[in-house]
Amino acid sequence: MQERVPLTEREVNRDLLRPVFTTPLWWWAAVGVLSVAVAAGLGSALYLAINGFGVTGYNRPVMWAFLLVNFVFWVGISHAGIMLSAILRLTQAEWRRPATRAAEVLTIFSLLTAAQMPLWHVGRVWRIYWVFPYDFGRGIWPNVRSPLIWDPSAIFTYLTSTILFVYIAMLPDIAVIRDRATGWRQGFYGVLAMGWRGTPRQWHLQAVSGILLSAIILPIFVSVHSIVSWDFGVAVAVEGWHATVFAPYFVIGAVWSGVAGVITLMALMRWLFKAEKYIRAEHFDGLGKLLSVVGIGWWFFTLMEIIFSLYSKEAAEVSFRTLQMFTWPYNMLFILFFLTGFVFPVTLFLSRTVRHNIAAMFWISIFVNIGMWLERYMIIVPGLMRKQGLTFTWGSYSPGATETILVGSTFAMVALGLLIFSKFFPLIPLSDAKEGEVLRHEIQVGKVKVPAIIREA
Amino acid sequence: MVTTRVRHKWGMVVDLDRCTGCQACVVACQAENNIPINLEQHFLQRRAIEWIRIERYWEGLEEAEKTGDLSKVKARFIPILCQHCENAPCEPVCPVYATYHNNEGLNVQIYNRCIGTRYCVNNCPYQVRFFNFWQPTWPESLHNQLNPHVTVRTRGIMEKCTFCVQRLRKGGRKEVQEGKRLDDKEFDAQSGMFAPACARACPTDTLVFGDMNDPNSRVSTMAKDNRNYKLLASIGTEPNVIYLKKVDLDASDAATH
Repeated sequence: MQERVPLTEREVNRDLLRPVFTTPLWWWAAVGVLSVAVAAGLGSALYLAINGFGVTGYNRPVMWAFLLVNFVFWVGISHAGIMLSAILRLTQAEWRRPATRAAEVLTIFSLLTAAQMPLWHVGRVWRIYWVFPYDFGRGIWPNVRSPLIWDPSAIFTYLTSTILFVYIAMLPDIAVIRDRATGWRQGFYGVLAMGWRGTPRQWHLQAVSGILLSAIILPIFVSVHSIVSWDFGVAVAVEGWHATVFAPYFVIGAVWSGVAGVITLMALMRWLFKAEKYIRAEHFDGLGKLLSVVGIGWWFFTLMEIIFSLYSKEAAEVSFRTLQMFTWPYNMLFILFFLTGFVFPVTLFLSRTVRHNIAAMFWISIFVNIGMWLERYMIIVPGLMRKQGLTFTWGSYSPGATETILVGSTFAMVALGLLIFSKFFPLIPLSDAKEGEVLRHEIQVGKVKVPAIIREA
Repeated sequence: MVTTRVRHKWGMVVDLDRCTGCQACVVACQAENNIPINLEQHFLQRRAIEWIRIERYWEGLEEAEKTGDLSKVKARFIPILCQHCENAPCEPVCPVYATYHNNEGLNVQIYNRCIGTRYCVNNCPYQVRFFNFWQPTWPESLHNQLNPHVTVRTRGIMEKCTFCVQRLRKGGRKEVQEGKRLDDKEFDAQSGMFAPACARACPTDTLVFGDMNDPNSRVSTMAKDNRNYKLLASIGTEPNVIYLKKVDLDASDAATH
C-alpha cells in the first residue's frame, strides 16, 4: 500500500473524467472493430432465427450446446458485480473502491448479453414473450414449475437491482459531470443527476440506500446462479446433470470466473485510461487473495461433484465421466480446463510477486475464464451426449459456424457496452475515490509513516 | 354439452419376444402422423424424426470380435416410443405448458403453445421427443398422402408420439354417440379400428395397445406377465408402456432382455 500517492479532489476529477470529456483515437478504433463483431453476431443470430436450428450443429441428443454454455458463462461473469460491490461494501474491504463500478457495469452488460442467449436459443424466437407472466389473451400462464420460468425472473430481478445499484452509486459523479458539461450534455446529465446538489441529507440518503440495496441484493446473488444451475440440476433424465451439489457449485464457480473477469477489466482500464494512480497493485493483490480462496473452494466442489457421481457406479454416470475425462477430444479439453481453470491460477495467485504483477494478473484472469467456459461446456455437452444407458441414442456435437460466430461476438458485445459506457460515465467512481482520500490516514509504524485506512462511515 | 365421457387409461405392452425388427411400425407411424420425410442427411445429422424407432443392439459382439466367431452374436430389437409416463419428466420443465398429462394417461404435446426451448427433450430419458430443425416439406406426389386428421408441425417446435390420439378421439366420439363405453376390443389392434398405427401395422403383434383401466383388456392382462419391466424404471417415470422381456433359450439368467 506504500505506492499510494496522495491526490487532491481536483486531480481525481481531472483524471477520472478524462475518458468522458476526451475521445482518443483508439476509442474510435476499438468501437469500430467491436461494432463489426457485434454486427456479425447479430447477423448470425438473425440468420439462425430466420432459417431455424438446422443451420447449427445442434442435433439429437445434444439439444442444448454452445449458446447455453455461453449463457451460463455470462451469467457467471455477472456475479462479480454483487460480489465486489455488495459483499465487499458490507464487509468494508477498502481495496474494493476503484473496482466496484467496473464490476457492476460488467454485471449489467454481461447479463444483457447472457439474456440474449436463451432468446436466440428457442425454436420460435417470436414467441419468447410467452415465458413471461403476461396473458396476451392466450388464457394461460407460464408454468411456474419450470426452471425456464425461474431463469428470466431471477435474471431480470438481478438486472433491475444492479442497474438501480449502479445508478444510485453514480448520482454524485453524474452531478460532477453535469457541472462541467456544456450544450446538450448539460441537459442530459442534468436530468440524470435528478437534482443532486451534494447536501448532507442527499449524501445520507444515498449512503443508506446503497447499504440497503447491498443487503437486499445478497439473496439475489445466491439465487441467480443457483437457479441457472437448476436448469441442469432438476433434469432427472440427464445423468451428468442431475446433481444436488450444482447450486453452490455453480455459484462459487460464478464468483471465480466473475472476479477474474473484473481483474481483466481493471488491468485494461489501468492501461487504456492511464489510471495507474487509482487502480494499483494493492487492488490486484486484494482480488488475487480473494480469488485464491474462491478458486480452491470451487475446485473442492468440482471434486465433490465428480466423486458423488462416481460413488454410485451407475453405468450411465460412469460412461458420461469416461467420455468427459478420458475420450478424445474431451480428455484434452478436460486437461486444458484443469490447468487453466485451477492449477495455473490458484498456484500463481498464491504468490505475492505474481499478484503485484499486473500483466501476469491480466493473463491469469483470462486463463481462469477459458477454464470456466470449458467447465460449462464439459458439463453441458458431454452430459447430453451420454444422457442415459440406452447407447443407441448416444450422439456427439460439433459447433456450427452460426453459433460459433454468435458466441464469439458476445465478447465483443460486452466490451462494446463497457466502452460506450466509459464514454458517458467514469468507470472508476469519483466519489468513492475521494472518500477513500478523505478516509486515508497515516500512522506511524516504527520509523516509517505508512498510509492506513480508517473505517468508512 | 354433457357427454357420457368414460375415463380410459391408455397403455401399451411391447412383447420383445415377438419383435423381429421389421420397422413396419416406424413406416406406419410416418404415414399416419405426417412425419416429415427423413432423408439420409437427416440421419447423418442425427436430426431424423421417428416417433417410434427400433433400437438394435448386438449382444455378445465384443467377445465375438475377439474370437472371430460371430455365430453367437445376437441381434436384439427394442421398439422405443413415447412411454407416456405418469410421472413424466418432460412435463414440469416446459415453461409454456406445451406438454401436459391428460386425463386418459396420455402425455400430450400442444404444438401451438410450443416455443422450442427443447428442455423437454433434454429431460426425456428415452429420447422420444423430436425437434423440427427444418420446415418440414413433402414432395408434390405425397401431398395427397398427408393425414387430414393430424396437424402438420412447423419448424422450431417439438413433436412426439401421441398414441395416435386422432384415432382415440374417433373412438371417443363413437362412445359419445352410443352413450356407452366401447368394448376394449375396439381399441385393440387385432380386433378394433381405433388402435395406433404402429400397433395396427405390427405383423407379429408385438405392440399391444389398450385400456389399462379395463382389467379384462388384453393389455392389462399382458402387463401382469412375469416378464414385465419398465424401461429405465430407476428414474421413476412410471411409464404407461410396459415391456415384456425376450425369452432367451440360451440364456441361463435374467440378465438380458
